[in-house]
Amino acid sequence: MEARALEGGFADPAIGAALAFRSVLDAMSRPGSIHAVTGANPPAPLGVAAGAVALTLCDHDTPVWLAPSLATREVLDWFAFHTGAPMAARGKARFAFGTWTDTDPVTDFAIGSPEYPDRSATLVIEVPEFGDAYLLTGPGIRNKAQMTVPDPAAFQMNQALFPLGWDAILTCGDRLAGLPRTTIVEG
Amino acid sequence: MSEAELRKDWMGVLAKADPSSVAVLLDGVGPRPGFTWLRTPEVGAVMVRGRAGGTGAPFNLGEMTVTRCALRLDDGRVGHAYIPGRDKAHAEAAAICDALLQGSDGPRLQAEVIAPLKAEADTARRQEAARAEATKVDFFTMVRGEG
Repeated sequence: MEARALEGGFADPAIGAALAFRSVLDAMSRPGSIHAVTGANPPAPLGVAAGAVALTLCDHDTPVWLAPSLATREVLDWFAFHTGAPMAARGKARFAFGTWTDTDPVTDFAIGSPEYPDRSATLVIEVPEFGDAYLLTGPGIRNKAQMTVPDPAAFQMNQALFPLGWDAILTCGDRLAGLPRTTIVEG
Repeated sequence: MSEAELRKDWMGVLAKADPSSVAVLLDGVGPRPGFTWLRTPEVGAVMVRGRAGGTGAPFNLGEMTVTRCALRLDDGRVGHAYIPGRDKAHAEAAAICDALLQGSDGPRLQAEVIAPLKAEADTARRQEAARAEATKVDFFTMVRGEG
């Protein structure tokens, strides 16, 4: 295992994971809000915020799907050492990492079942920047929020599946924003 | 033994050794090298699995407390340790030994740390066996006479 794969975890795992968890929780509770997440230093091309989400939420119980563009030897080794999460096919993954084009078709990912809607995937999508092209409404948004999403039609279809559906975390460098399945993206 | 087998051997010796012996022997080699943590010592549990007679289906024997850590010496060598129990200092000393054993210091560490630990383990095992031997009952059959 390369030395680089062994570095880049939280300096203090308990504190680092707690801070990152709080950021993810805030982001998912208030869709459209942007939160900075630091502390992780994963090997490129995995982003800092995406790496922090992985360190915080992934473990040996959560199969992970990595986009081919991310799945370099270093990133795979980094996941193995720091999270212990097994790699899985798209349909079986609880967490998916990649860009929006990597995740296409997004209907491959688990949306849960009526008995267990929580058995669904969380997509961690790296975007080039956060914009404000679309109007967001729904739980956690007082009046309205604005955010650029990669493909509003896919998010609308996913929202229509509620209580099923996948959840998304958009990451851009060391910042992230949450787009849970409840959020309505208005075109 | 291959390199991997050698490492497996010394990691087992370090893990099973008495924590204070590892520390004393390591300090006897010289001052401890500087290092940075890759993974600070953390306590967890592993499921110990067994297999009756080596052929039966594996079953869960029980959980065991394990402390693990990983560190990198200032010269770049990486050491790992998995030790039974929750003694973090033991895990640190074992990981330093593991890192040192991988380079040019290897033979010296083998002679000054691993060999004495093995001897210590052997002595303990022999004493245990001798204690058991003292209470052993030998059953034997007298030669049966014809008449």
